[in-house]
Amino acid sequence: MGMTTVEKILASHAGLDRVIPGQLIEARVDLVLANDITAPIAIKEFREAGARKVFDRERIVLVPDHFAPNKDIASAEQCRIMREFAVEQSLKYYFEVGEMGIEHALLPEQGLVLPGDIVIGADSHTCTYGALGAFATGVGSTDVAAAMITGEAWFKVPETIRFVYKGTLQPWVSGKDLILYTIGDIGVDGARYKAMEFSGEALAALSVESRLTMANMAIEAGAKCGIFNPDAKTIQFVRERTSRGYTVYESDRDAHYAEVREYDVSSVEPQVSFPHSPANTRPVSAAGTIPINQSVIGSCTNGRIEDLRSAAQVLKGRRVASGVRLIIIPATQAIYKQALKEGLFEIFLDAHAVISTPTCGPCLGGHMGILAKGETAIATTNRNFVGRMGHPESRVFLSNPAVAAASAVLGRIASPEEL
Amino acid sequence: MELKGKIWKFGDNVDTDAIIPARYLNTSDPAELARHCMEDADPAFPGTVKKGDIIVAGANFGCGSSREHAPIAIKAAGVACVIAKSFARIFYRNAFNMGLPILECPEAFDSVAEGDEVSVSLASGEISVPAKGVKLKARPVPEFMQSLLNAGGLMSYVKKKARL
Ligand code: SF4
Repeated sequence: MGMTTVEKILASHAGLDRVIPGQLIEARVDLVLANDITAPIAIKEFREAGARKVFDRERIVLVPDHFAPNKDIASAEQCRIMREFAVEQSLKYYFEVGEMGIEHALLPEQGLVLPGDIVIGADSHTCTYGALGAFATGVGSTDVAAAMITGEAWFKVPETIRFVYKGTLQPWVSGKDLILYTIGDIGVDGARYKAMEFSGEALAALSVESRLTMANMAIEAGAKCGIFNPDAKTIQFVRERTSRGYTVYESDRDAHYAEVREYDVSSVEPQVSFPHSPANTRPVSAAGTIPINQSVIGSCTNGRIEDLRSAAQVLKGRRVASGVRLIIIPATQAIYKQALKEGLFEIFLDAHAVISTPTCGPCLGGHMGILAKGETAIATTNRNFVGRMGHPESRVFLSNPAVAAASAVLGRIASPEEL
Repeated sequence: MELKGKIWKFGDNVDTDAIIPARYLNTSDPAELARHCMEDADPAFPGTVKKGDIIVAGANFGCGSSREHAPIAIKAAGVACVIAKSFARIFYRNAFNMGLPILECPEAFDSVAEGDEVSVSLASGEISVPAKGVKLKARPVPEFMQSLLNAGGLMSYVKKKARL
């Protein structure tokens, strides 16, 4: 019997010919990631274990993105711990404010993740890199501490669920809508402990950016990882960014899947996840009248240039409704610069949006747009748990960037079609 | 190890933002994290939870972020063990790695009430509420996880392996 992409990557890194779901393995990792929230704990554990040197100074990436630029003194201290460690260990990939971006937008952009790699990150959205055909998964700080020492991690080989998307996308429907639709279908634990393999003709038509958005939210269905088999677009994307060698693994035709689910996307509308669960989805046309106080366009899910272009297309020549705050956060410095060059900032500013420096910011209720009691936001982020963006009695609705932009203009959750 | 404590009940899909809201993640000090543990799910919890108490929850406990602050907060709040129908995978992994005892037992949630006194044997996975005559058995801990626990958590395991 054949193997899935995920099984092949895990086997190759464990030095095995084959692995089967459920098997526990110890595998070599190609890249280890942590951020300003999770790295300090990992560094403490690293030191307490008596370790002196990381296993490879070119395979550890530290990004201060969550509460950076430092939002308060405590955050500044966390960032300092990480910065000092990066200097002490001569880490090649420490991204200081001014170079940094939201980690999961930054790493693919910098060519740090390649097909066939294993990446672990002390951040649950590490699963984003599956869009490039890598096995990438979120772990805790202790796992990162261990991997910084040994260059290895333990894994239980997951079963894979295959998702096949057929048909052609409607206008304003993006990768975000497909993943929200999928999570709405299978639930927040629908893929718990499993790999989600995304495939089908509708996805072949998607940009690499849209695929990153889809893989990003695999964790919202409880998955260990999301993965795409690399195609010509993937190869072009990575070739433009790095000369490091890589191996393309693809699922065999006779690979075993725990389940195969097929969707015809032709009738899928833009989706909105209602509070307080990403799985609580409805088509935007069925949202009803929901006034909003704030709209946030950004995050590791939807802060890439394609997302900003989509928002600009909606906002061009329009104004944000009075009483609504529109916050736009390009995910990296390069995206920021590109948006500036393309004239998107002028459109945003004329629409009365504010533009933030790259940061996770309000996505996890950190800074740059926290909600007060009773307030409602629509956001292109990935989680709408209770209190995620501020007060426990505030509410967050999730959508794609075009819907978030249209909602800002109309002052209520709305489709761009309504403008 | 034998544990005895009072039960706190939480439902399905308790996420890591409920366990420890991100607004408190500008520190990793266990005592500080414990002060806000579960506060958005039950504001009374951090002030009233007693050392040795036990959380019993529904499915997918600990879903959401990878923050190890979640099991750290629970442990520092004094909770001796979490029993759930099932756990989200990163939380499950983190709990073993950092030494918070957790047990998977699909039947426990419907058989116990908040405030019940429960006894738990971590070694055998036996869970009982003597006052109600409830006796249950948790799913066995996989062998590899058992060896992590026996080694004293992931870091001790790694220390041995890397000869530190
Ligand atoms: S943007 Fe939000 S989801 Fe993404 S890494 Fe930052 S906090 Fe996490």
